[in-house]
Amino acid sequence: MSAGPSRLALFWAEYSENKIAVLALVVVVVMILLALFAALISPQNPYDLANLSLRDSRRPPGFVGSGGYTHILGTDPQGRDLLSAIFYGLRISIQIGLAAGFVSLSIGTTLGILAAYLGGRVETLIMRLVDLQLSFPAILLALVIVALLGQGKAQLIGALVAAQYAYFARTAYGAAKAERGKDYIEAALATPLSARLVLWRHMLPNCTPPLIVVATVQIANSISLEATLSFLGLGLPVTEPSLGMLISNGFPYMMSGRYWISVYPGVALIILIVAINIVGDQVRDQFNPRLRK
Amino acid sequence: MSAFLTIDNVSRLFGPKLNTGEKIAVKLGGKVETRSVRAVSDVTLSVSKGETLGLVGESGCGKSTLGRLIAGILPPSSGTVTIEGVPVMSNGKKVTTRVQTVFQDPFASLDPRMKVGETVAEGPIAHGLTTRANSKAYVAEWFERVGLDPVWVDRYPHQFSGGQRQRIAIARALAMQPDLLICDEPVASLDVSIQAQIINLFLELTKRLNLTCVFISHDLSVVQHVSDRVAVMYLGRIVELGPVAQVFGHPAHPYTAALFGSVPKLVLDADELVHFDTIAGEVPSPLSPPAGCYYHPRCPLASSGCRTAPPPTTPVSDVRSVACYHSDQQLDRAKRS
Amino acid sequence: MTVPALSVQGLTTHFFTRAGVVKAVDGVSFDLAQGEIMGLVGESGSGKTVTGFSLLGLVDPPGRIVEGSIKLNGTELTTLSGSALRARRGREISMIFQDPIATLNPLLTIGQQMQLAIAAHERLGKRAALARCTELLTQVGIPSAEARLRAYPHEFSGGMRQRVAIAIALLHRPAVLVADEPTTALDVSIQAQILLQMRELAAETGTAMIWISHDLAVVSSLATKLAVMYAGKIVEQGPTAALLRDPRHPYTAGLIASLPAMTTPGTPLTQIRGTTPSLLSLPPGCPFAPRCDKQTEACVQKPAMTLDGPRGWRCFHPVGQTAGAPT
Repeated sequence: MSAGPSRLALFWAEYSENKIAVLALVVVVVMILLALFAALISPQNPYDLANLSLRDSRRPPGFVGSGGYTHILGTDPQGRDLLSAIFYGLRISIQIGLAAGFVSLSIGTTLGILAAYLGGRVETLIMRLVDLQLSFPAILLALVIVALLGQGKAQLIGALVAAQYAYFARTAYGAAKAERGKDYIEAALATPLSARLVLWRHMLPNCTPPLIVVATVQIANSISLEATLSFLGLGLPVTEPSLGMLISNGFPYMMSGRYWISVYPGVALIILIVAINIVGDQVRDQFNPRLRK
Repeated sequence: MSAFLTIDNVSRLFGPKLNTGEKIAVKLGGKVETRSVRAVSDVTLSVSKGETLGLVGESGCGKSTLGRLIAGILPPSSGTVTIEGVPVMSNGKKVTTRVQTVFQDPFASLDPRMKVGETVAEGPIAHGLTTRANSKAYVAEWFERVGLDPVWVDRYPHQFSGGQRQRIAIARALAMQPDLLICDEPVASLDVSIQAQIINLFLELTKRLNLTCVFISHDLSVVQHVSDRVAVMYLGRIVELGPVAQVFGHPAHPYTAALFGSVPKLVLDADELVHFDTIAGEVPSPLSPPAGCYYHPRCPLASSGCRTAPPPTTPVSDVRSVACYHSDQQLDRAKRS
Repeated sequence: MTVPALSVQGLTTHFFTRAGVVKAVDGVSFDLAQGEIMGLVGESGSGKTVTGFSLLGLVDPPGRIVEGSIKLNGTELTTLSGSALRARRGREISMIFQDPIATLNPLLTIGQQMQLAIAAHERLGKRAALARCTELLTQVGIPSAEARLRAYPHEFSGGMRQRVAIAIALLHRPAVLVADEPTTALDVSIQAQILLQMRELAAETGTAMIWISHDLAVVSSLATKLAVMYAGKIVEQGPTAALLRDPRHPYTAGLIASLPAMTTPGTPLTQIRGTTPSLLSLPPGCPFAPRCDKQTEACVQKPAMTLDGPRGWRCFHPVGQTAGAPT
């Protein structure tokens, strides 16, 4: 009987050997905490128009504004404190990334597993649709959908989901197809257990490792896709600026020396996405037995 | 002898699954394999209540497929499998819980992400043999019967050794309270020192629970030990059937004799290396089996008759049957040696 | 006495894993004469396969040989550089595996692969090389060998593929061939053919063989001497017939007694209780003690190898003998 340390403990032991991945995880956690507690730590509420003064607009970092506090990262064209705007922007970006990620995860996984399990015409129909969609760039699809649906959080998430569920479907399909042929599935079907039970209790849990990997990557992709759409002015309304819109707002002033309006939100976005991707890479390496030492 | 399990003229074909591209290629005369394999070919047998039938043969002989047809995992292409007159499958779906299966590899047959107690409990709960509230006690009872400590129910398969996993797999099958147990190579992937434990457990439980059993194995000594009767399969056909001591003691089919002769035996009273017989050649491709008796290309007794028509199954005695034109000659040889 | 083809002394291979040090091979010693076949018997985790890999210097990190000596025709292998070892591997010592597909390149014909294997160690004209390939394929029992040189691995059956792997391993007439369960995945009728062939080949070519298997019956029909491994150690060794007829170690005795052929059909088999131990948590003394009927307080010590002529055993209470406790 080998009880040994739990799987999670071993997983963490392996993860913690990669110091960069640990650092990336810390960065991700810190950014999520900043986003969560944006209202508590921000010097200013950037959504409250009453707080904003146009006299403070486009001020460089270190400027002490009419509110009586220092704008550490300067202000934007609307007179918002950039640091506060970045915290709130992070909140929106992460919110949208997570929401789009989880909705596409659920839809994609369901479709992929059903296709693998049912086979035949259903499989052909779902997977050809997925293949077709994967042959378009996600941004193109998202653009078209936002153009059709209009602006707003729900519409944006909808567009991101439509652009991304296919990745999950493909991954879930591959994993489920491999699990489908294994003895324990056959054993469950031979009992017999209902298809619902087999899918829900056996197939799904065993397909999760690759899905977790895709989920981390796709959440990062959702965030950058959202930023792109917002930058193009197709994202959220101006009253709730996300990181992409902050970058866009500062863009006209880039050449006039007021670099901070675009650059600081950009840096925040890059750090977030790179950190998530490093975490995702490490998780993938650990789940993929072929890359194991 | 009343038949409990009846296998009536059962065949199973496996055709290649062609995708659209291949179908077009076939239409255009491309080289795509379209022939199907008769994995099990016109098998008729019956097993009486409480009996253990051994199923032996080399890989690809169809013994595992026949096991899966009986277990209701695969629907037969033709013919029926019935337990006391009730079909095991209907419309391609298994409709009984009276037959359960123990699979070969306990490392693959248990869900790695499910606690072993849940694995044992879920079938009985789904079929009303126990309730979710009572399932803990029910599973504990079965754990004890197969020689496992009930405190282990909350562990995962990877925390167990091979022998213990196979006990869990046996508990899962038996917790469904079957009358018929299909064992597909249940000890083949276990360590040698563990095999005896599992065989003993099997012998004890089948006796105590009055189980009828189909025991599939490539290991003739294991089959000889646990079975009452044995069926020898070659390329999807049953070539010989009868009480295990008679079939292995005096084989009526040249293939049975040769198969038994090929098994390396542990001979304790020899100072020299033991000589053993080998069968010439290899099993032919099931895609294009030879005409007549499938065994004739490897058979030392083959005559021209063997090459034209497959030999019918004929009784040797009231409990034995064989599909061979030269069984008399083979029996003579067996008695002389 | 002549120099043995292979002499292994105190071979110790450890795996340094996250969960701890796995002592896969723990002080294994044996000699192998020219043309001799030794059966290395053990269960999964007994260290028999790692022993085979260690002999060829094929142990990958986190594993490594930490101690011991391997002398091939008198040359010490453990201190050789990687390239010097590679020069010998395949020529003086080679290995065949359970799954021949893993060692054959699916994109090359058998003939091309065999010629590459020859070219790796010596310069030989194409005609001579082809002749050698044909000769070896015929020797391992492949009919119409010359034509089959142009076939790809997938065109062979499992048994034939294993024969090809054996032929490649024997191309340079190595002094030692390590065979790791090469017939386990094959049907009994094919296994019997190959076992007979190997017996003849060893006698003909003088290649010494180590036949690794979990199946006592298989090795006993092939090997003239046996070594039984348990938890990284050889627990018993000796000439095949004597060892099987009169086993000294309770584990060997238990293995033989547990075979179905040793008991009347239908009656319970003699079983060894318990499970194979985890190499990460071995008992302090004799590793078999927790499963042994003859266990006493003496067994908390590690038993040393007791030698008696060609036979040896690691046990304080050998079967059929009244040996005393350790001094």
